[in-house]
Parts: sequence; C-alpha cells; structure tokens
Amino acid sequence: MLLIPCPYCGERDETEFSYGGEAHIERPKDPEKLSDAEWADYVFMRPNSKGILLERWVHSHGCRRWFNLARDTVTYKIHAVYRMGEKPPRVPKTDYV
Amino acid sequence: MGDSFLRHSPLAHLGLAARATEVSEFEATKFEADDAEAGVAMGERPYRGLVNLRGPAGDKAFDSAVEKALGVALPIEPNTTAGPGKNKDSLRVFWLGPDEWWVVTPGDGPAMADRLRTALAGQKAAVTDVSESRTCIHIRGARARDLLSKGCPLDLHPRMLSAGRCAQSLCAKAMVALHQTEDDSGDGAKEGGPAYDVYVLNSFAEYLWLWLEDAAREYGLRITAE
Repeated sequence: MLLIPCPYCGERDETEFSYGGEAHIERPKDPEKLSDAEWADYVFMRPNSKGILLERWVHSHGCRRWFNLARDTVTYKIHAVYRMGEKPPRVPKTDYV
Repeated sequence: MGDSFLRHSPLAHLGLAARATEVSEFEATKFEADDAEAGVAMGERPYRGLVNLRGPAGDKAFDSAVEKALGVALPIEPNTTAGPGKNKDSLRVFWLGPDEWWVVTPGDGPAMADRLRTALAGQKAAVTDVSESRTCIHIRGARARDLLSKGCPLDLHPRMLSAGRCAQSLCAKAMVALHQTEDDSGDGAKEGGPAYDVYVLNSFAEYLWLWLEDAAREYGLRITAE
C-alpha cells in the first residue's frame, strides 16, 4: 500500500487515489494528418519503463485534483510530487537491467 | 425550494429515534458491569443545509463577497473549517479543495445558496445547493476514534485530525467527509472521547450506518436522537 503525498491534502492512503497513466504525453496538434499507425502510437503505445516514471494521479476520494508523481516502478518509491502544469523535477537516474 | 414535510432522511426507515439510548445486548452479556457503559454513541443528524461553493481563493472581490455573505472568511489552509461566523446562523465552512468549499448550515440550504449567489453575482464562481445529497452521522465516545479507524484510512491521531478539522476520505469504502467536532476533552463529548460528524451520500447512508453499528458492537453502542 502506498502513502501518496497529495500536493493539496498531504499524505493519504493509496485507496483514496485513482491512477491516470503516464504524464506529459502531448496530444498531436493535427490529429487528422496522422496515419493510423501514428495515431495508435499516441493512443496506446507507452514505454512501460523500468525505473522512475512520471505519472498522473487524481485524489478521487479527497480533493478531486490531478497531480503528477515521479515514482520508481521497481521499488515503488515516490521521488517527487508536482502539480499539473509544473515542470517535472530532476529525479535520480535508475540503473535497472 | 422543497417543502420541509417532503424531506425524507435516508435513515428514517431504521427507526433510530425509537432505538435512542438503547445499549446493545452484546456488551451487556460479554463485559463486566464496569465496562457496560457504551464506548460509542451514534445518531443521525439529518436535514442539514449543504452548499457547494467554488471560486478563485485569493481573489479579493471573491473573498470579501463571501466573507460578507457568510460572516466568516473562507478557510484557506487544507483540511480546516471555519465558523460559526458573525451572523447568528451557526454555519460552518469546510475546505474541500484549493478552490472548493462546503457551507454547512443547520437550516435552509437553498436559502443559503441564494444568499451566496446574490453576493457573488457577476463573479466567476459556482454555487450549488447539495443539501439533498447527503446525511450526517454523528459519532462520539471514548472508542469513537477506534471505530472509525476500522474503516477509514485517515490518520485520526489528534496531531493530524483535531476539533475543527475536516477531511474527505473513505469509510468502509464509502466516500465520506469527516468533520471532527470535539476533541477528546471537549465539553460535548460526554462519553469522554472525540466527536465526529460523518457526511455520507444518501445512497450509501444505510450501508454505512449498518456497517458502523456492526463495527461498534464490541465497544458497546448507544443510539442517540440528535
């Protein structure tokens, strides 16, 4: 069970939150000009990285606000939390094989 | 505006008023006479006025208009409440988010919404009367904190949640807003423990009440008419 630091409410139990997937995925500016493969790449394809992942969470049973986490997908350690629209912080490099 | 005789509490069919001051037979047989005192007292506090307010905190025009209408400044610090304010109505304002509050009144929700709407005319703010969405379960007593801890993931220790603070969370997987009304030594806590108001959605109210009643059996439960 994770203890997630909501930037508004403070540390809360993971059960209060919902996961929003990887953060900072930009919607293509001209979707009509994309090929099916490029569109599928935007919609479905994620690096599924092993290590620190920048991801979105929403405090759905608390203040209902979205925010970002930098979380290690191996150790589950939360390295940073930052609000929507803020620049992702520098996080240490992970060296998993 | 709804006529008062049409209002119906979601727990009305449980006949709580008729069971008030009842002590569950479980604790009478299980514990020694010294322990027979109820550890938890619970009752429904229905028909409260609830008004959801959204707007830009920190905006001078918004802040002052709300303060003038309510007689109290909006709470800006997370998980805090403000009130009762200068006006005679004993309202309470809950912080729900950085731009969202609840105004809780013992009286008329629609009238409170109208008052805020008039005060905020022309401003970028939203006022919604949500009085009929929830009911309030009042819990107090020496074991009230233990009871809530069984189903609520919040840290209920006095250093985190004390009288006058509020938090939105889950209780037995039902979405609730928790407001601690009394500290352990508070005057209103006759059973010698903290007191909480638990605001729960109408459709979850019966489930949560029955869950709480079951969870409270080991502490001894007294039902109160609020």
